[in-house]
Amino acid sequence: MGKTIAEKIFAAHLRDTPSPENVILDIDVVMCHEITTPIAITDLEARGMDRVFNPRRIKAVIDHVTPAKNSKTATQGKILRDWARRHKIRDFFDIGANGVCHAIFPEKGFIRPGYTVIMGDSHTCTHGAFGAFAAGVGTTDLEVGILKGVCSFRTPETIRINISGSLKDGVSAKDVILFIIKELTVNGATDKVIEFVGPVVETMSMEARMTLCNMAIEAGATCGICLPDRVTADYLWPFINDKYETVDQAVKDFAKWHSDPDAVYVKELSLDVSKLNPQVTFGYKPDEVKSVSEMEGTPVDQIYIGSCTNGRIEDLRSAARVLKGRKIAPTVRGILSPATPKVYSQALEEGIIAIFMEAGFCVTNPTCGACLGMSNGVLAEGEICASTTNRNFNGRMGKGGIIHLMSPLTAAATAVRGHITDPRKLL
Amino acid sequence: MKQFGGKILFLDRSDINTDEIIPARYLTENTKLALQPYILEDLKLGGFTPAQDIEGKGVIVTRANFGCGSSREHAVWVFEVNDINVVIAESFARIFRQNMYNCGMLAIELPKKDLDTLFSLGGEVEISIDLAANTLTARGDKAATFVFKLNDFDKKLVEAGGWLAYADKNY
Repeated sequence: MGKTIAEKIFAAHLRDTPSPENVILDIDVVMCHEITTPIAITDLEARGMDRVFNPRRIKAVIDHVTPAKNSKTATQGKILRDWARRHKIRDFFDIGANGVCHAIFPEKGFIRPGYTVIMGDSHTCTHGAFGAFAAGVGTTDLEVGILKGVCSFRTPETIRINISGSLKDGVSAKDVILFIIKELTVNGATDKVIEFVGPVVETMSMEARMTLCNMAIEAGATCGICLPDRVTADYLWPFINDKYETVDQAVKDFAKWHSDPDAVYVKELSLDVSKLNPQVTFGYKPDEVKSVSEMEGTPVDQIYIGSCTNGRIEDLRSAARVLKGRKIAPTVRGILSPATPKVYSQALEEGIIAIFMEAGFCVTNPTCGACLGMSNGVLAEGEICASTTNRNFNGRMGKGGIIHLMSPLTAAATAVRGHITDPRKLL
Repeated sequence: MKQFGGKILFLDRSDINTDEIIPARYLTENTKLALQPYILEDLKLGGFTPAQDIEGKGVIVTRANFGCGSSREHAVWVFEVNDINVVIAESFARIFRQNMYNCGMLAIELPKKDLDTLFSLGGEVEISIDLAANTLTARGDKAATFVFKLNDFDKKLVEAGGWLAYADKNY
């Protein structure tokens, strides 16, 4: 019987099988941020176990609230910073060099095909875009990961989604994943891995694949995963050119992780995206999704472009396509949070930041920002935000606030008109 | 090992997410105990008054996909510091379920028909749990006993008092 990519990665990292349904895996990369890690650190200290399994395999960043907004968040940053210094964790990104974890870690080349990755953050599934098994975990899993370099998982079943056809101009990876979540529902993939395959995925950039995998958790999935190929190898080339002589060689090596033709899936779906329109959420669950035409005209107060879902250079470029030479409506406020310093610099160089600012957007430093209402961009009671983030949960962006999730293109068009707008009208 | 059982807090809704259990604005706290007053503060459920309804409860009984969304273990800790060590649901989100067992707490899945029975017992319902027999007995105006399945590994985590203790001993 053949194996799926997830099964191959599990087999290559198997440490123990404590029960027929559970496995303990060796973890290649343990990633940390300042919200979920400090309690793990202080707990390890209190137990006299302040050790790390391997400082080279631990990556850390301050990204959720940065710069610190008060004494409590300053303390969270300090606990992480002191710990990183104490244990000589070289890959620690502090203010000035920090960005959203799921954007900056891939950008640094930390995630490779076949890796196992955990982080105390549910959107860790993003890294499956590189053909890795990457899962969000809680603080105790993170704590054990830091200490021992292992994590427990149930043996994975995989849902394969074959995406075919061609996306219309104005429709992007965000629309595809919103539509998929609507089809699967918010728990349709619980305890499963979602393998995204097919011609549309093959032609997607790494940025688009990250958007796709980022929201796998919104259908309950443990991980979203793409098969590593030439696009992956090209993206990673600056980091792997000491390991492979040519990109071709890397592509060939990556193929060993590909699912076998006779691999067994718990479910297989086919999706032709040729007729897909831009998608927008309503309500308080990410599976409450409609075509933009059904939501058209809904007034909004704030537009937020950023996050681990859609704060990368391609996202900024696509929003700028709509914003160029236009002003946002006088009734709305626009906030852009480029996901990393590299994205920010590149957007400056390409004149994208100027386009956003001339349109009337506020540009913040790279941070998780408004997405989870912890730092800036918080909504007042009853206010509505058009957002490129990943969760429209009740109160997420501020108590009593309402969120509509959409692509950067749709968010930009919505900013210009002041109400939810099909971006194709402004292209 | 923790003590399991007590009076039930019924939350009759599916897809209750971890932002509702403990909003992100409280994730700046650096101790578990500091989370205590904020339990279920943003829960979207008619007629529910968190501070009042939580009083004296030891078990939560709810519907499908409980604990979806964020990986924040704060959603488990806020129950723990409010002396709630058991959640019974039709299904759980993976990370929340794992976080419960990792803290040595119980996330028990029951089929919908058993949950319907639990919800209809009437009066103030109290649950006692027999981990050796994998049964739970609920007594309200009416009483009922249910058999539940517990994964071997999850049971080991509960007996060990959580994943850190288990992992430290075994790996």
